[in-house]
Amino acid sequence: MTAIQDTPGAAGAVGLQAAFDAALANDERIEPRDWMPDKYRATLIRQIAQHAHSEIIGMQPEANWITRAPSLRRKAILMAKVQDEAGHGLYLYSAAETLGVSRDELLDKLHTGRQKYSSIFNYPTLTWADVGAIGWLVDGAAITNQVPLCRCSYGPYARAMVRVCKEESFHQRQGFESLLALSRGTEAQHAMAQDAVDRWWWPSLMMFGPPDADSTHSAQSMAWNIKRHSNDELRRRFVDICVPQAEALGLTLPDPDLRWNEERGHYDFGAIDWDEFNEVLRGNGPCNEQRLANRRRAHDEGAWVREAAFAYASKHMEAKG
Amino acid sequence: MSGQGMSGQDQLWEVFVRSRRGLSHTHAGSLHAPDAEMALRNARDLYTRRQEGVSIWVVPSSAVTASSPDEKDPFFEPSADKPYRHPTFYEVPEGVKNL
Ligand SMILES: [Fe+2]
Ligand SMILES: [Fe+2]
Repeated sequence: MTAIQDTPGAAGAVGLQAAFDAALANDERIEPRDWMPDKYRATLIRQIAQHAHSEIIGMQPEANWITRAPSLRRKAILMAKVQDEAGHGLYLYSAAETLGVSRDELLDKLHTGRQKYSSIFNYPTLTWADVGAIGWLVDGAAITNQVPLCRCSYGPYARAMVRVCKEESFHQRQGFESLLALSRGTEAQHAMAQDAVDRWWWPSLMMFGPPDADSTHSAQSMAWNIKRHSNDELRRRFVDICVPQAEALGLTLPDPDLRWNEERGHYDFGAIDWDEFNEVLRGNGPCNEQRLANRRRAHDEGAWVREAAFAYASKHMEAKG
Repeated sequence: MSGQGMSGQDQLWEVFVRSRRGLSHTHAGSLHAPDAEMALRNARDLYTRRQEGVSIWVVPSSAVTASSPDEKDPFFEPSADKPYRHPTFYEVPEGVKNL
């Protein structure tokens, strides 16, 4: 629903802040029409918009393989997955709109580069195996990030995440299954699966964001119950989940420093190349320009459809009187 | 605010889905559409891709009247001091059954 902002007088502001703080202290949800600090609202708009943009930009690398899927079964699965990602984008845009921004405004900010999307989608999908690797690793990392967001303090965002997480589990499984088929296939197929995992492993680890020490927004987001676990904690959790799965796949992870640490009860892993991360973030990844250009083109080419639909609706509204 | 007018503009709709016969429609989320017919189609594609529903309602968001969070205490107060509306309010001697 649209946000109706209540503007408190100076006298009411203290009470409103106290009510907001109390709700967070009791781990209650904040709903669209509740008073909230401007910075809380701005943080959520930024995060939810970036998340929504990631869902729809994320359709591109995989859609690249729909026409070349190796069987009708894989093609149907891939189309269903890409359609789900469009749906995730729409749930999230709706959630952002409850904070008082319009969808047009958000899309405009995406198209003009004023709002970001996840850097992972700036890598290319070079072979069919990349589709499997994305499902297993990229959707897997997304799930690890998103499950705690189901308990995020902002109600509409948390509810959107519940829907998204329910749908994501098939995304990860189909990727795993597809990689497994390749890994157990011919020598060339196995090599293709391994190559895809080699290329997607490190970018997937970067999806959790910068190390805790350098993460600018983390502390405040944790205090607001938007974020429940730190970047490094989620990254560790993801590595621990993936290592045995890679073994089951019969594939290796491209990290010579990866080994079980008995004392910590976690896997140790090698250093992440944050220079690469920052370069991609700055717009210098392999596909940044292509992704954004595609998105703008799709939006422009769809303009006549939107206009026609509005014209049709207006005509019928007039006819009804 | 993103509220759009009724005239030929992209409107916001609230979607309610009945998950199976015998249950009531519950709020699933919202979406944009130029008219009710398109809103229903979009709702089907967006909220029932996995047989989540057997019936959908779409309602223009602007048609929803909501109670204000500011007055939540006085507005809902009439029910706060009436615990006798609940069966747990009443004492029943031990051993009395089916009551
Ligand atoms: Fe998604
Ligand atoms: Fe996904």
